[in-house]
Amino acid sequence: MKEGPHKDDSMVAVEHPLREMWRVYRRNKAALLGLFLFVFVLALTLVAPHFYRVDPFDLAGAPATRPGESGFLLGTDFIGRDVLAEIIHGGKATLTVGLVSALMTTILGTMFGAIAGYYGGRIDTFLMRFTELFQVMPALLFAMVIVALFSASLFTIAMAIGLASWPGVARLVRGEFMRIKSEEFVLAARSIGTGEQYLIWLVIFPNAIPTLLVAATMNIGTAILFEAALSYLGLGDTAVMSWGLIIGNNREYVFDCWWAIALPGLAIFMIVLAICLIGDGLTDAINPKLREL
Amino acid sequence: MLLALITLTFFLLHISPGDIVDTLAGEMGGITEEIRLDLQRHYGLDKPLFTQFLTYMKNVAQGDLGYSFYFNEPVLKVVLTRFPATALLFLLSLICSVGLGTFLGNLASIKPDGYFSAGVTIFSLAGHSAPAFWVGIMLLLVFSVLIPIFPVVGMISTDLIVKGGSFWEYLLDVIVHLILPVATLSVIYFASFSRLARASMMDVLRTDYIRMARAKGMPEHIVIFKHALRNAALPVITAAGLRLGQVFSGAVVVETVFAWPGLGQLAFQSVLRRDYPTVLGILFFATLMVIVSNILTDLAYRVVDPRVKSV
Repeated sequence: MKEGPHKDDSMVAVEHPLREMWRVYRRNKAALLGLFLFVFVLALTLVAPHFYRVDPFDLAGAPATRPGESGFLLGTDFIGRDVLAEIIHGGKATLTVGLVSALMTTILGTMFGAIAGYYGGRIDTFLMRFTELFQVMPALLFAMVIVALFSASLFTIAMAIGLASWPGVARLVRGEFMRIKSEEFVLAARSIGTGEQYLIWLVIFPNAIPTLLVAATMNIGTAILFEAALSYLGLGDTAVMSWGLIIGNNREYVFDCWWAIALPGLAIFMIVLAICLIGDGLTDAINPKLREL
Repeated sequence: MLLALITLTFFLLHISPGDIVDTLAGEMGGITEEIRLDLQRHYGLDKPLFTQFLTYMKNVAQGDLGYSFYFNEPVLKVVLTRFPATALLFLLSLICSVGLGTFLGNLASIKPDGYFSAGVTIFSLAGHSAPAFWVGIMLLLVFSVLIPIFPVVGMISTDLIVKGGSFWEYLLDVIVHLILPVATLSVIYFASFSRLARASMMDVLRTDYIRMARAKGMPEHIVIFKHALRNAALPVITAAGLRLGQVFSGAVVVETVFAWPGLGQLAFQSVLRRDYPTVLGILFFATLMVIVSNILTDLAYRVVDPRVKSV
């Protein structure tokens, strides 16, 4: 972070953009740590379940066994399920929900933002009013209602999170579109008779992708926190093990087996932290001049 | 917009499976078809959806948010009895986190590469990434079980309610109960405020007028806290205003952890009870709060930044 922002300007700009991104990203040690942490957790959730074959729903031992006792590395929860198995097997669902909801958020937000930003005028006003409606609603409460309405499956939860958090992306994309559409290359494309849909999705949109990418990354983290909060409140999918569910299950037993809450919480904390660091690194990498913002 | 909101939530809640009659039936251990019809008529659930909606709209316009199935009381009354607890909790957390966040963020911006700055950055990242309920539970474990200095749950001790006490005893009791929930929320909110304060202060410190002030030989603390702070505070105020609106997401979770008798806990319980009017009422109320807080933010902006007036 100590290097001046203008250092790159003297270089001849023939470097591939992705390459340049990686070069800037690499300089940020925290972001590298985040990437490493993320890959580590990802590998753990994908590979470890095949090696550690204890069923996370199985009542493997005595209730509330302390960590380290009777062969349970991380102890058991309030009815005797192996916490280590729960954490290892629960990661997949947590990460899936995070990714799917972030995707939902991004798609919804992009559609609204792109159309509002491109057309402007009355369409913009109307769409932005609509966006505001979703923005003023307390997101978690709204998601709770949706999950409570349509049985709590992982898909519903991802939908609910997507529905509750797209306005931010919509505003961002709208801003990007309004900025990009007045640039000269768009005018050039328009002047040779490019169709509107082509202009929106193939001329302007690709230029908004970098900003969108950062937002999408951050959204994965937010979505994971969201899912955890829903599960904690007992509104998660009880048929699929996830980190939030472990905490939700043990909510009433904080004083009997604190480790069954502390440890999955720590797992959530780590993964979201990793994602935040990656997002920060990406922001720098995409726009080296705007660092520190 | 409020109209659209009410419409949306009303229909959402009504396409849900299970209603108050099912809940009551479950509590009574099953009921006959006759009583079920009777109950449905009693709660107005037998009328067409549109009629129910019109009735609801008319009542909302008159300040009547409906009648809570569960409490057997008007929703407005239920919501208003819970509101002060939430307001107290959140105003305090906001003040703590905005104050601390701005102060520490500004201090950090003076030496952006120093250890102190790194510490603030790490702490704020941690606050940003940790699930609110998890922070709450951890604080609960540390300060109520390991080092039992704070009460675990609630707002007022039970034995104080039983015995009664003077106003000051009540006040002290509430304050002691407040510390942990406020600390939890402050940790979460502190994250964004300190980051923002640090970034915006660094921007301001680069401007010409600050260089001018320094060139005049002004002491550094006056430059920062008198000259720079006014401009650096703007983004923080905006963020605080937005937070005030999003009070709820944190409220539901933190109030559940600490059994704080506020709106968040009520919302959570009401969703589980399928108490439609109460959920609707809370959503309505929360939305109103967001709108009011947005207006307040605008006003605060004008006070801090007189340039806005001319626009």
